[in-house]
Amino acid sequence: MWVLAQAIALLFWSSVAVWASETTSASRHGTNIFAPASTPAKSITNLSVFVLVTTGIIFVVVFALIFYSVFKFRARAKDAGREPAQVYGSTQIELAWTIIPILIVVVLFLATARVIHAIQDAPEPAGAVDVTVIGHQYWWEFRYPKLGIVTANELHIPVSDPGHPTPTFLQLLSADTDHSFWVPELAGKTDLIPNHPNRMWMDPQRTGVFLGQCAQYCGIQHAKMLLRVSVDGPEDFAAWVRAQQKPAVEDAGAIAGRRVFEGNACMNCHRVDGTSADGHFGPDLTHLMSRATIAAGAAENTHDNLRLWIQNPSAIKPGSLMPAMKLSDADLDAVVSYMETLN
Amino acid sequence: MASDAITVPVGQTEARPWVDELHQWLTTVDHKRLGILYIVSSLLFLAVGGVEALIIRIQLMHSHNNFVSPEVFNQMFTMHGTTMIFFVAMPVLFGFANYLVPLMIGARDMAFPRLNAFSFWLSFLGGLLLYFSFVGGSGLYGAGSAPDVGWWSYAPLGARAFSPGHSSDYWTLALLVSGFGSIGTAINIIATILCLRCPGMKLSRMPLLVWMNLVMAGMVLLAITPLSAAQIMLLIDRYLGGHFFDTQAGGSAVLWMHFFWIFGHPEVYILIIPCFAFMSEIIPVFSRKPIFGYPVMVAATVCIAFVSMSVWAHHMFTIGMNSYANSFFTITTMVVGIPTGIKIFNWIGTMWGGRIQFKTAMLFSIGFLFQFLIAGLTGIMLAASPFDWQLSLSYFVVAHFHYVIVGGILFALFGAFYYWYPKMTGRMLSESLGKWHFWLFLIGFHMTFDVMHIPGILGMPRRIYTYEPGRGWDTLNLIVSIGAFIQAIAILVFLANLIISYFKGVRAGNDPWDAWTLEWSMSSPPPAYNFATVPTVESRRPLWDLKHPEDPDSRYE
Amino acid sequence: MSAVTGITPTSFPNPATEWHLPSRGKVAMAGLIIAESAIFTIFVVAYLFYIGKSTTGPTPQEVLETPIFYTICLLSSSLTIHLAAKALERDYRRLFLALLLLTIALGGLFLFGTAQEWHRLIYQRGLTISTNLFGTTYYSLVGLHAFHVTAGLIMLSLAAIFGFIGRVGVDQSGRVAVLSMYWHFVDAVWVVVFTVVYVLGR
Repeated sequence: MWVLAQAIALLFWSSVAVWASETTSASRHGTNIFAPASTPAKSITNLSVFVLVTTGIIFVVVFALIFYSVFKFRARAKDAGREPAQVYGSTQIELAWTIIPILIVVVLFLATARVIHAIQDAPEPAGAVDVTVIGHQYWWEFRYPKLGIVTANELHIPVSDPGHPTPTFLQLLSADTDHSFWVPELAGKTDLIPNHPNRMWMDPQRTGVFLGQCAQYCGIQHAKMLLRVSVDGPEDFAAWVRAQQKPAVEDAGAIAGRRVFEGNACMNCHRVDGTSADGHFGPDLTHLMSRATIAAGAAENTHDNLRLWIQNPSAIKPGSLMPAMKLSDADLDAVVSYMETLN
Repeated sequence: MASDAITVPVGQTEARPWVDELHQWLTTVDHKRLGILYIVSSLLFLAVGGVEALIIRIQLMHSHNNFVSPEVFNQMFTMHGTTMIFFVAMPVLFGFANYLVPLMIGARDMAFPRLNAFSFWLSFLGGLLLYFSFVGGSGLYGAGSAPDVGWWSYAPLGARAFSPGHSSDYWTLALLVSGFGSIGTAINIIATILCLRCPGMKLSRMPLLVWMNLVMAGMVLLAITPLSAAQIMLLIDRYLGGHFFDTQAGGSAVLWMHFFWIFGHPEVYILIIPCFAFMSEIIPVFSRKPIFGYPVMVAATVCIAFVSMSVWAHHMFTIGMNSYANSFFTITTMVVGIPTGIKIFNWIGTMWGGRIQFKTAMLFSIGFLFQFLIAGLTGIMLAASPFDWQLSLSYFVVAHFHYVIVGGILFALFGAFYYWYPKMTGRMLSESLGKWHFWLFLIGFHMTFDVMHIPGILGMPRRIYTYEPGRGWDTLNLIVSIGAFIQAIAILVFLANLIISYFKGVRAGNDPWDAWTLEWSMSSPPPAYNFATVPTVESRRPLWDLKHPEDPDSRYE
Repeated sequence: MSAVTGITPTSFPNPATEWHLPSRGKVAMAGLIIAESAIFTIFVVAYLFYIGKSTTGPTPQEVLETPIFYTICLLSSSLTIHLAAKALERDYRRLFLALLLLTIALGGLFLFGTAQEWHRLIYQRGLTISTNLFGTTYYSLVGLHAFHVTAGLIMLSLAAIFGFIGRVGVDQSGRVAVLSMYWHFVDAVWVVVFTVVYVLGR
């Protein structure tokens, strides 16, 4: 009876899984590995379906055997005092149930090896976009070496048309501990390990914002090292690139804030292109306002959050490596106004 | 402890003063008492590790929760994992091995009783040292701090630069010390099995439990030591300015991963193989048939031991090894599933044609079969490295390994408790409390760990103290957490059963289950010297031969 | 039911004369050697992996001098302990003691040589455990081995003390054999370490 209950429970939970996978909207995508939008993720999904079906069949067969034997061979009152036939083994049966699993393993392995090579050894085509990703405690640095762009936490890449692919190839580095780049709907994850450069690629075939986060425990705020990947159509991407390539906006109304920024320790960590601020320890702020979130996704990029973040980072992300700058209210407001001009 | 031995009565006429009794327990070198010490200390750590798990689950009940701070949460998952593996699972299995192996081979004690005691106390001291970190760890704000680097302490997170203070050192030293204890116990088990078997007990006549503990002990020698070596290297880095894992000096973080997982993977087989041993003793007795395919069970276990030393980097599929390395570890991982899976068939073959009695020990064994099957299959999924690139480091993996450890190892252990508690204490555990324990735990287990696979599929990484709303993870995590509390209640029922039955349980007699191995030939609990005369055996089931002289096993082996 | 005696078969070997199991001392020492080999293997792997990867500092080629003499000392001590164990089996107690003392002397000489080399490396060539990857892996590997030599020398000295007060005779030859197994292991490890550090590493 209870074994039957388990089977029903399993059916129930798998339908929960299917339901859960539907709960994402079209333009802002979710993080479901079975909703792939890019070739590596799709190859993985296809392989996983094959693996799931195979293991599913094995499960059904063996479960049936367990269920049957438990049910059919239970002791009944009329058996009391007698022992059943003492069977020690059977070479033929044991051979059969060794050989069949070996065959299954061979097939699974061949299917898997094909996908491993297809993903890992894919050559980089001419039209690919190159991004260097550098993991930090607890934010992402993105550099586009051929385009002269440096940004943080929110990645913009072009959509890829399967006919004329424009994939994005990522080189993965780390400035401190181990991290892992995981945007489930675009690709499997790859780690960022200091002194051990890695490489991955993705070619998203739908536009929209794809979410992810760091998957390798990197310290106290590992949980809030989020990823936003904006997959843009060709014109949008070109416009974004042009905007990012420009140096920082010079807004005369924000001079006071800029003085505060340059006079305090901000420029030791942060860079604002076109000014004397050239720190590399923290995110590049040149186009801060082009980002939807701050603190690697820990908060929306609003006036209040920005103010709170600068005043006391631990209020949003306790353990973050940005120190509280202990600015006066006037200075704080000034510098926030300055930040808000950095489009 | 009074015993029911018929041949030599050792009953006490008056209770000993408690100081005397305590002294006896603290200085004992008797394998049975040490076995019980291992088991009881592991139950204490189980309770502590369980509380840590509940704290984790409360924090994760919904997104952006504030039950504990990130600092505390990170200590909780580190301590939960470290405690459960090193201070619950390993000691309890060593405890059962200690208790049962000499009895099953007709020996007086282990080969080196004093080494046995030393190994236990080293292991226990290691546990205390780990927990002292809460007080003494020089945490970030001056108070004590438990380690918070995860139970793998990946480099360079474990280095001085990223883990100042001493919390990491408590982790390292506690495991180093208890690791030496484990090596001592393993040497003892091997020497006992190879050198102290009673006449007639050739290797091919040993109970499967003895075989499997022999294999497990051999693996301990080869698997724990790489971790000890890596930890010595870590200490050299942290205290002597070494650069083993110092990436700024050209050192390699990946090297730590290799060393850790060369330990880490065989370690999980070290944990599961003794559980296979329990199943191979319990299932035959409650099916009333011998184990199906004894020689292949032995061969498969040895095979697992060897192959499992070649699969470790399946824990590292995401670190950027080249496609050939990834393919290699995929095939070896799938191959190791074959001898493992075959065992399930052998147990089914044992039940087939039998007369199954649904005592609590057997209920847990059937649960084991079902859950180990599923755990093995999710393992195959993880073995396919591209699939692993999505599933690794997510809650799918957490669900998988808890399925093995809780659904497999813990269920088998519960079976072992219900089966051998009568032998160890002379009293039966209550069957009705046992059934409550089983059903409550089964429901809680499935509620938690079946559902837990789904957040992983939906992109939830592990080791996060909180998560974003709107990803579809909230309700699922809530269900997981409720299941955890149900399991906690079941454990309380179990602990109550252990305690109540000790005083009020039905007296067991020598052989309550009508079983066939040597431990059931003596009183419950056995006398201190085990066997009044050294037994001689003819077959794998000496008591079957005695009970069925017209049809002994020795005729067929 | 008390102890099991089983059915006495007609063809069963007589336990008293035909049931032989290995000696537990030897099995235990073999187990210890297996475990220790695994530890050394990890340190050797680290050494090999890091050859040529130091980012700064003196290289092996620049500073290492091959310790031929001290290696010969250590390896001959394997011969002397073997002969000592053999002598004890035949109850030649004084020969046993003499050979044992020679073993200790040779082992002690080896340690002295290591100390001398380390002194030269640290004070004259500026190589410490924290200098670079070579320094870290060299001192760890050679140091781990020297630690095991030291532990072995302590055990050998204990045996010598017991020998001098007349407590070691032919009945203890099994224990001495076990001790000599350990000593052979330590020497075998040195062969590996020597090859890796002084031959391959340069």
